[in-house]
Amino acid sequence: MQPDPIVFAPLLICASLLFCWSCYTRLGLVALGGTEDRFSNPGQRLKAMFSLALLQRRVLSRPFGLNHLLIFWSFLVLALANGEFLLAGIFPPARFSLLPAAWYGPLLTVFDLVSLAALVAVCVAACRRAINPPYREARSLEAFGILALIGVLMIAYFGLHGAEIAAGTEPAAAAMPVSSVAGRLLGGHLGASQLRFVGACFWWLHAAALLFFLNYLPFSKHLHILAALPNCYLKELDGIPVPPREEFVEGGRLGAGRIDDFTWKDLFDSFSCTECGRCQQQCPATTTGKPLNPRLVMHSIKENLLVSGPLIKAGGSRSIPLVGEGGQSVAADAIWSCTSCAACLAACPVCIEQLPKLTKLRRHQVQMHADFPQELLLLFENLEQRSNPWGIAPAERTKWSGSLQVPTFEAGRTEYLLYVGCSGSFDPRSKQVTLALAQILNAAGVSWGILGKEEKCCGDSLRRLGNEYLFDQFARDNVAAFHERGVTKVITQCPHCFTTLKNDYRQYGLDIEVIPHAEFIEGLMREGRLQLQEVDAGSVVFHDSCYLGRHNGVYQAPRAVLELATGSAPLEMRRNKEQSFCCGAGGGRMWLEEHLGERINLNRVEEALDSHPDTICVTCPYCMTMIEDGVKELASGMVEVRDVAEVVARGLVVTS
Amino acid sequence: MYVVACIKQVPDTTQVQIDPVTNTLVRDGIPFIVNPYDSHALEESLRMKDRYGFKAVALSMGPPNAEATLRKALSQGVDRAILLSDRAFGGADTLSTSNVLAAAIRKLAEQDEVGLVFCGKQTIDGDTAQVGPGIAVRLGISQLTLVDRIEHLDFLARKIRVRRKLEGRYEIVEAKLPAMITVVRELNQPRYPTVPMRLKAVQSDVDVWDNGVLRLDANSIGLKGSPTWVSRIFSPERSQGEIVGNGLKDPSGTARDLVQRLLSRDLLTI
Repeated sequence: MQPDPIVFAPLLICASLLFCWSCYTRLGLVALGGTEDRFSNPGQRLKAMFSLALLQRRVLSRPFGLNHLLIFWSFLVLALANGEFLLAGIFPPARFSLLPAAWYGPLLTVFDLVSLAALVAVCVAACRRAINPPYREARSLEAFGILALIGVLMIAYFGLHGAEIAAGTEPAAAAMPVSSVAGRLLGGHLGASQLRFVGACFWWLHAAALLFFLNYLPFSKHLHILAALPNCYLKELDGIPVPPREEFVEGGRLGAGRIDDFTWKDLFDSFSCTECGRCQQQCPATTTGKPLNPRLVMHSIKENLLVSGPLIKAGGSRSIPLVGEGGQSVAADAIWSCTSCAACLAACPVCIEQLPKLTKLRRHQVQMHADFPQELLLLFENLEQRSNPWGIAPAERTKWSGSLQVPTFEAGRTEYLLYVGCSGSFDPRSKQVTLALAQILNAAGVSWGILGKEEKCCGDSLRRLGNEYLFDQFARDNVAAFHERGVTKVITQCPHCFTTLKNDYRQYGLDIEVIPHAEFIEGLMREGRLQLQEVDAGSVVFHDSCYLGRHNGVYQAPRAVLELATGSAPLEMRRNKEQSFCCGAGGGRMWLEEHLGERINLNRVEEALDSHPDTICVTCPYCMTMIEDGVKELASGMVEVRDVAEVVARGLVVTS
Repeated sequence: MYVVACIKQVPDTTQVQIDPVTNTLVRDGIPFIVNPYDSHALEESLRMKDRYGFKAVALSMGPPNAEATLRKALSQGVDRAILLSDRAFGGADTLSTSNVLAAAIRKLAEQDEVGLVFCGKQTIDGDTAQVGPGIAVRLGISQLTLVDRIEHLDFLARKIRVRRKLEGRYEIVEAKLPAMITVVRELNQPRYPTVPMRLKAVQSDVDVWDNGVLRLDANSIGLKGSPTWVSRIFSPERSQGEIVGNGLKDPSGTARDLVQRLLSRDLLTI
């Protein structure tokens, strides 16, 4: 039933060469990107690849994940069968039947059953896509076409082996339950020569489907079959990537305005996207109807690379700008809609890093073109001139303390620096949180102090908004000041200060202990350093801050503090911990009006209200503002919004 | 053609406090900023440059450290930055300041015509609003103050038409060029410097002109040329506030009490 190798060999060689050429011309464009090291710690990388790519940990956590796992593993197992099929096509004696019978039979049983499993999984996937697709555009001809193609491969497999079994040329017929059924069906109707003809037809159908798939793959989203595995290997090992530093030299390019301003890994990411839509389902901007969709950002980058890449490679200066209108660019409104919450990164099953691309696009717009939403002009000026977002006189930084005597940090005399942050210093609501925290520290006898008027903004918003030039100055000044004052342990109240001091400043040589207030308070409680009465805050629901949670993995501490303080674990919202939903203020969105779509904070507060809480508990000044605003609109006077520190401070036993 | 913006480095007045003992401004550690109205004057000169291809020049009189202000102007895109700095210019009031600035503009005009001079409507430290008009008078050119919109500019006819923002009304005024224009905030939105411009500004030269260049009579500049001086500066005393009654327990009684007190002090009329 096999064709003459003289006919098939040239076909296979041509198809393979075409496949290699297509892969080379497409994946080769990745080399246009800048350098980035993603090869350190191979052991850890292999482990990540095993868990994320081979065991498909993130895929499995969502509906129909098991179905994908089945198709994926069928694909791997059947790669063996298909390898034999193609090899035997040009060299007929090279068949598994050469193996000892004890191996051959079970092997064919596995192939047979796996093929059936794949066929079922493909049917389930097609039904799911038809009835309830992950997003509307997912119901595409391409998606159904590929599923149909895999189905055809399986049917041809059964047809071919069925014909062989019916013709009596398959020695292990008994080991192939599904093919045997096909064999009986065919054998009952056809004579020997007809069987040979039908067998040959199935052989060619199988070969055609295989070679077509091979050559269609590089041009479709199914390129992820090649790219996803290495992409998981190349993932950022330290969780959510910290934006890289930039070098400011005359004539240099900043951020990403053109496709080759990205690094090779950024470009490789775009080829790894499977367009599964998990990122957009988690994205607060997409969910609330804003023009940002992380899946489409990756798609636009890929499209841009495919068009601009060859132009740049040919040495031309023409290319399509990354920010702009059209399918090969990302719209300006989209890049400014990002809250940098990193939900897309946490959701992506193949470790694509969408957020860093948006940061690079912002950097280019801000630094090369001074093109940004108008509200930010005042923010940048205020920060540059007065080192706080509101432009309040720095002399007022200590006013939060009121009558409370707060010592200034002095190395050797005070152990911890409380880095109050701009919100904690100037925002009236957050000042109350600072006071609560100060009371807790004093009650526990902690040796602590502040920088007072000398404290400067950490620069978080600047960095997330792409004003890296100013951030760079802030980081240098602050790190120098910390070194000069001998600061080694810092307590932060704001997760944005926390992440900036802990992760971003590390790039500037600051390696100190930075502790978020929730974690510090948990420590004090566990050590029994706080005399507390049980606090009655009613039923408490907890809202995760993105920069404490997803960005830094602090999920347990605030929950533990609330449980210790109130006597019961806080209620959880539907979207929590790694899948938590942003308040809408991260990524510098705190300083921008929300003109497009629904309001993110209302979406989140509605979710919080589903659990009928008396108190919504937060750990971040931005969340406080956003959630309080939402509560004012949806449940004014009925629900309180409190920081964990405030909940604990209410239980402090006053001893005088 | 030159279009000139006069800018001044001022202490950030939101941060300035008055020493209660000496009644002088406490300026220690107070950062300096560009006078906010002057940023709008500078922006307008840059828009003239962008639209008509004029050369934009930023001019500032001040101590050597005022160079920072001019560097910022360079980063925003002016072609030339000139610092008028000389010990002899120190202690100047508005009259001698306008003498120096006018002399510098005259000096510039030796190279090319100066078509427009933009100034902020006033500075936030002195609040006199006299320097702009002073320059116009000394140069003998048109003066248009409190401008919030340039309506029309016609170089061939050498005319400019602007809108002045006055209290409760607008005034459309036409004048001959060259003209000195003082601007209000509503005129424009100052641009944010790009990083390449900032980096270039660091390398650019700021010209420094002293009186050796301007050759002004020593009696018309600095302290000697200043007929006015500040004899004292102080914050008016504020009386201590007082909490009247208890609004939470007895709102209507407290309100009545408050009204009575205001009436008795003639602070309310019925």
